[in-house]
Amino acid sequence: MKKRVEMTVKSVSEIALDTFEMTLENAYTATMAIPGQFLHLLVGDHTLRRPISIADIDYDQDTVTILFKQIGDGTRQLASLEVGMNVNAIGPAGNGFTYDQSMNSALLVGGGIGIPPLYCLGKQLRENGIEVKSVLGFQTDQHIFYEEKFQELGETYVVTDDGSYGYRGFVTDVLDQAGYFDHYFSCGPIPMLQAVTNKLGKISGSISLEERLGCGVGACFACVIPAGTEGFYRKICSDGPVFAAEEVIL
Amino acid sequence: MTQLSVNLPGLSLKNPVMPASGCFGFGREYSEFYDLNQLGAVIMKAATGEVRYGNKTPRVAETSSGMLNAIGLQNPGVDKIISREVPFLAEYNMPIIANVAGSTIEEYVMIASAFNNTEHVKALELNISCPNVKEGGIQFGTDPDMAAEVTEKVKTASDLPVYVKLSPNVSDIVGMAKAVEAAGADGLSMINTITGMQINLSAKKPLLANQTGGLSGGAIKPVAIRMIYEVKQHVSIPIIGMGGVSTAEDVLEFLLAGANAVAVGTANFQNPYVCPELIENLPNVLRQYGFDSVTDAVGKGHV
Repeated sequence: MKKRVEMTVKSVSEIALDTFEMTLENAYTATMAIPGQFLHLLVGDHTLRRPISIADIDYDQDTVTILFKQIGDGTRQLASLEVGMNVNAIGPAGNGFTYDQSMNSALLVGGGIGIPPLYCLGKQLRENGIEVKSVLGFQTDQHIFYEEKFQELGETYVVTDDGSYGYRGFVTDVLDQAGYFDHYFSCGPIPMLQAVTNKLGKISGSISLEERLGCGVGACFACVIPAGTEGFYRKICSDGPVFAAEEVIL
Repeated sequence: MTQLSVNLPGLSLKNPVMPASGCFGFGREYSEFYDLNQLGAVIMKAATGEVRYGNKTPRVAETSSGMLNAIGLQNPGVDKIISREVPFLAEYNMPIIANVAGSTIEEYVMIASAFNNTEHVKALELNISCPNVKEGGIQFGTDPDMAAEVTEKVKTASDLPVYVKLSPNVSDIVGMAKAVEAAGADGLSMINTITGMQINLSAKKPLLANQTGGLSGGAIKPVAIRMIYEVKQHVSIPIIGMGGVSTAEDVLEFLLAGANAVAVGTANFQNPYVCPELIENLPNVLRQYGFDSVTDAVGKGHV
């Protein structure tokens, strides 16, 4: 059964410009969650819930950590929640990342607020003995988060749009430096995913998509993505948000 | 008759609450939250003659107390709905209402005919009011002569009772209601969404790919109440009311305005359990306001 749960705020802090980290406690959600899934959060009296991807899971503490960018009234209200308060969540929602445990190496390619689910995934890959390399793209040095955490997982390249930190340019500008890997995992804005999948060609990959959601459970057909020349489609909220790179048409 | 039960043409409802078309898919997703047997009925997502892929994304936008959508009637086509979706819903003990949408009268007739002899589909909801498709739909819903013609042709082709879903995007809702009643409609569904638009400030362009969308949710409830109230005074066929229903108090307000049952749309997105919750709360609310049953309250808000 799908569930709606109340999650308790254990911590909340601004970790980069307009970017918040929030740890939420709920035993069911923490037990069921896998990397790449999201929480569909009810904020204030907003009509639509906010989908926020899972950045970390602590199975011992029954907590899930989310990162989100404050971009409107909903995320501003979410950021204003204090420790001990509850937030209503549907989740874990969607289908997360899957991977072949026999692979040796993986490349993570993330842009902006698409980076958080890759951290959660990267930790699990490392725990399974899979080598992890990461390419992370941010707008400016003020927007950077989790660089050290990714460094702990493996070699990490940081790019900024304006060159204020790391390499200047786009994530695709440094992909060549990452060397060999068996599979890539990417999450970020669709133009970035288009560039990444084009650049990496036929290399096996998984991508996680963002779209405006209605119901968030697959009933309303608001968040579809084309998935074939015959007009076939996939629902991002319930078939995804993670897809094989060749499965959808960006 | 129990306190909550309602009998409408073709529909024996154990309670007056059903999910609205387009907001509940074909029931599979919400069946993972609760037992659908609790529902009074279910109105399926629209069926068109052939598969329809809908509009480009973004297809939804949030507004004050509501949302805009421009899905564009995406559905797998009537044959697949009958072969794949109806059997799933038929496992539950509740009537199924099939929402029928077309581009031509012939398409409406073909789809309506296809639902004849489909076990468990007990009524049709004629969708002549979808604002989000370029052809068909809305043109039937804003011209009383065309609305009457499509209703009459579908009634001739269908063995099932026909509830015509009216568009609020008209200046004379009573005229539309009277036209379809005269053409043989067994009931009315009202209201569909109200055409609206949102501009994305960053892009300085309409947010929805379709530019305009249908406004739903709490924002349109007063419009629905007003239209049902007006129409109730001029027609004798029953009304399934919809447009911003999210609490048991809302259900009672729709009943008082003249609705015989209600459909719940956008509220499912905010609270996936909204339908069973308001079915549970409705007896207390009826009692609190002095009514013995749902049928007692229908139309009692009229002065």
